[in-house]
Formats: sequence, C-alpha cells, structure tokens
Amino acid sequence: MADPTAVRAARGPTPGAPDERVRGQGLLGRLVARPELGALLGAVGVFVFFSAITDQFLSPLGVATWLDDSATLGIMAVAVALLMIGGEFDLSAGVMTASTALVTAMLATRLGWNVWLALLLSLAFALAVGAFNGFLVMRTGLPSFIVTLGTFFALQGLNLGVTRLVTGTVQVSGIRSAPGYESAGFVFASTVDLGGHAFQISIAWWVGAAVIASLVLLRSRLGNWIFAVGGAAGSARAVGVPVTRTKILLFMTTALAGWLVGTINILRFASVQANQGVGLEFQFIIAAVIGGCLLTGGFGSAVGAAIGALIFGMVRQGIVFARWDNDWFFLFLGVLLLGAVLVNNTFRRRAERARR
Amino acid sequence: MAEPLLEARGLGKNYGSVVALRDVSTVVNPGQVTCVLGDNGAGKSTLIKVLAGAHQHDAGELLFQGSPVRFASPREALEHGIATVYQDLAVVPLMSVWRNFFLGAEPLRRIGPLRIIDRGLAIDTTRRALADMGIHLRDVEQPVGTLSGGERQCLAIARAVHFGAKVLILDEPTAALGVKQAGVVLRYVAQARDRGLGVVLISHNPHHAHLVGDRFLVLKRGRSLGCHEKDEITLAELTRQMAGGAELDELAHELRGRGIG
Repeated sequence: MADPTAVRAARGPTPGAPDERVRGQGLLGRLVARPELGALLGAVGVFVFFSAITDQFLSPLGVATWLDDSATLGIMAVAVALLMIGGEFDLSAGVMTASTALVTAMLATRLGWNVWLALLLSLAFALAVGAFNGFLVMRTGLPSFIVTLGTFFALQGLNLGVTRLVTGTVQVSGIRSAPGYESAGFVFASTVDLGGHAFQISIAWWVGAAVIASLVLLRSRLGNWIFAVGGAAGSARAVGVPVTRTKILLFMTTALAGWLVGTINILRFASVQANQGVGLEFQFIIAAVIGGCLLTGGFGSAVGAAIGALIFGMVRQGIVFARWDNDWFFLFLGVLLLGAVLVNNTFRRRAERARR
Repeated sequence: MAEPLLEARGLGKNYGSVVALRDVSTVVNPGQVTCVLGDNGAGKSTLIKVLAGAHQHDAGELLFQGSPVRFASPREALEHGIATVYQDLAVVPLMSVWRNFFLGAEPLRRIGPLRIIDRGLAIDTTRRALADMGIHLRDVEQPVGTLSGGERQCLAIARAVHFGAKVLILDEPTAALGVKQAGVVLRYVAQARDRGLGVVLISHNPHHAHLVGDRFLVLKRGRSLGCHEKDEITLAELTRQMAGGAELDELAHELRGRGIG
C-alpha cells in the first residue's frame, strides 16, 4: 500500500472545493469564444455600410445579386472549413470546380450522354481525386498544402490539355441540347421568384450546405472526430478515433463541394472555360478564416465560413453598386483577412492558455 | 491473489538490429500498481508500446488474464480493456472537457433516421465521472486547454476508469508537472488502483513510484535489473538501482575525490 498520509498531503486544502482563483466567465466571455462571432459582426458592419452609401444594395435585385455571388463561394467555403478544422488544406478545390464541369460537359456534348449520367461520372471522378489527395497526405505524412498544390497543377494541366485535344478550343459548350439538361438544370441552376425578383437556387444549396455541415460538426460523432483530428491527431488516435479515415473523408467532402459548384456553373452558363476556378482556392480559405477557422486546425465553424462567404459577396457587389474601382476589393480583402487572423490568434491563445 | 490481468514472460523486442527490449518479465495484478522505472533509453517506452498494442513483441509471451495475446493495434488493446494515457497525447486542448471525455466513444441518440450525440447525457456523465474521482470543474464546456497539466492527466485517467478499463497504462504522468500537481495526479492513480484496476506506471522518478507502487520493474538498456515487490526494496535501494547502482558509486567516488582534492 502507498503511504496514505503522503498522498493526502498532496491534495492541498479542501479537495473538491472550487478553486478560488477561478473567475466567473460571464456571458461576454462565452460569446467571444464563439468562432463565428467576428464574422457575424463583420457581416453586419459591411451590410450597414453598403446599405447606407448605395441605393441598390438593399433593393431586391441588389440582394439577389450579392446573395448569388456569395452562394457558390459559400458552398466551397463550408467544405473547406470542415477540412481546415480537420487540420488540412486543399488547394485543388478551386480548379476542381472546372474539372468536374468539364467532365460533365464533355460527356454530355461529345458522347451524347444523358446529363444525369454525366453528372454521376463527374461525381465519381471528383470523389476519386479527393480520396487520392487524402490517401497521399495520410500515407506520406507530407503537408497537405504541398500535396494538393501538386494536384492543383496536375488538374489545371489536364483541364487545358484534354479540353484542347477534344474540342480544339479552351472551352466546352452546347450542353443545353443534351438529354436531361432541363431536369438537371431545374435542380442545380433554376431560379425562384420572390417578390418579383429571381433568386438563384444556388442560394438554397449554400444555406443547406452550411446547415448540414454545422449539424455534422456540432452534433454528430464524425464532427467530434473532425475537431479531434485537427486539434491533436496523436491524441485522437490514442483514444481510438480513425484519423486516416476521417481525414480522407474530409478531402472527399471538398471534392464533393467542388463537383456541386462545378455542376451549378455548367448548368447555369451552359459552357465552361478550361482555366476556370484557378485562384479561387485562396478565396475559399480566406472565407473560412474570416469565419473563425484556425489555420492550424482544430477550431472553426461551418456557419462562420458561410458568413465569411457572405461578406465576400456583399463587398464585391457593394463596390460595384457604389461605382468604385474594383481594385479596392483587394485592399478590403487584405484588411479583412489580417483582422480575422489577428482575432483568431487571440482566441487561440485564450483557449490554449494553461493555468499552472 | 487473483489471477494477474497482464503478465509478461521473457518479453523481447528488436527494431532492426537494435535490441530495444530483452527478456523482461513482470505481472500486473488487479488493484495493484506496477511501476516501470529506468533512465532514458532503458526500454520503458518500448515495453508500454508492446503492452498497449502499438508494437508487437518479437520474443517471449504476453498473457492477458492467463491467455497469450498479441495486439495488432492500440484499438485492439483498448477493446481488451487496456487503456493508455500518454504524457503529451492525453487530450485535445482546443476541445471542451466533455467532448474530450467522450472522444471515440460518443453517446448517441436517435432522431428519426439520424444518430446524434446525446449532449445532455455526455455533459452530465462527464461531470459525474469527474466528481467521482474528486475533480470538480465549474464548467465542462470549457476547452481543455484552460486546464492545468495535472488536471489534463486526471481527466484522461478519469476517462479510462469510466470506460471500464481493466489495465491503465500511464506514461510518465508526473514528468512535466510541479510538485503539487504531481501529488494530485498520484492521488488519482491511487484511486484508480483502489477501484480494482491494474495500473502500470512508467516513471523515472523513484520517489513518485515508491509512493503508490506495489511492484517495481527496473529497466536498463533494454534489460530487466529485476522486478521487486514493495516489501523487498527500499526507496534508497530503488533510487540507487535506477541511477545506475555500481556506476553511481563509482561516479560518487570520482567526484568526491575531485571535490576535496
């Protein structure tokens, strides 16, 4: 037996009593700990600002315009946020929107496939690339940043090379006459009439993606695992979380979102440029970071990322409504990103500060 | 004496041409603490990795409740009731206390076709399980990162106890802690033992080990220097063995010679 007095002596005064050094946290402290709070405040600020200085911003047409701009970005940002919470990046996400659209368009226009069948195959293609990304990252232990940078260039080369080989140009068009276009277009690219103005169905996909991703993150077992593999993969593995499976699933999720956005684009515009989507991958990451995701993983919010995308859309269209030069958008983007990173960093210190 | 939970008989492990562990034998009984002591590179980590299923032994036998076993993965060891708490891999700092507590074993409830985490149950159970171990947290929603190092170890121990571990392997639970914090952790080690768990405590601090241990396995360069019952060995002898025994005497002699001369 151990010496009981020695063990007891280590307890200190009155074991179990609340530590008198702990201050109450209060409502404010709890609110600050929400990752999406910063984004929400930013969105309100941007909304009020552009509503005040332009007339069109609050008009139904204006609202439909900036919601539309936010929607496709938002779908991607939500998926990228999940991946970032899981501790990884996907730089191939932007170009994936073009790859999937190209696969769909070529199968439907060149081989005369039904659009739905073409969509199914491009979905399989997207999931395979996502799984490949995840598998390679997990198998080699290399940073996902560099692995997906490789896939990014490979896909970009494929997009241009194959498109030029097949069509002789750098775009694929003519999907409108393919069988199944009407019904697929209804699901992915129709508009809904609200108060006499057409709102894109992509807005519903965006909201849906944010809601589903949030429920998964906060309420499902998988969500718990996503936070864990991003926060401390070693600890997660030690308690039996399937780390590799979870991360591969996350890479497949961003690929799935890329397919959804590619599908929305091709069915809406009926043509796709082979160099589309390049450069968007950073916008997804920026939206996710504005929404409260840490670059180091383990913390963030799907709703926050959706709001981050909303800020993006509001600013981009607000600048157009205000008749400013578009260059100002980038200044704004930079300032917003720096602000978000500083806020996130402060939070991280708060959460990780141990009291000793 | 009840049947040993875990027994190592002449256990050996090689990494390529390096012999990391050779002919190590010990037992882990329910309600007792087996301490594994040794300097850096003595083979402590290798031994617990074999016990925890992270590595497989090359020689000798590992018996779990009397029958030979060979765990293919930590998960398989966990399913047998062998829980391991690593010093730096115990918790996920950015996640809340209750999410950490149930990580990998989340309680679910059905809503129609969906299965979601039963938050209420998880939060209540976490609070109760921690209180049973004498850990009172004001808020189990706070991130684990706000807890002290000792509290994190205690959380991991409470989790293993709650999920019905039979064997609890603790890898240097007191190594990075201050004196008071280390005492708190040792108190929970003693509690886990009193609940009938077999505890394997890895340490390089003979003072901590002697406080709670029933059996002491001293390793040196992959070999066993002997496995002693508590009544067979004094703290002084344990310290001497750990520090290198005869080598230490030599060193003391040498230093003394220089210091005076």
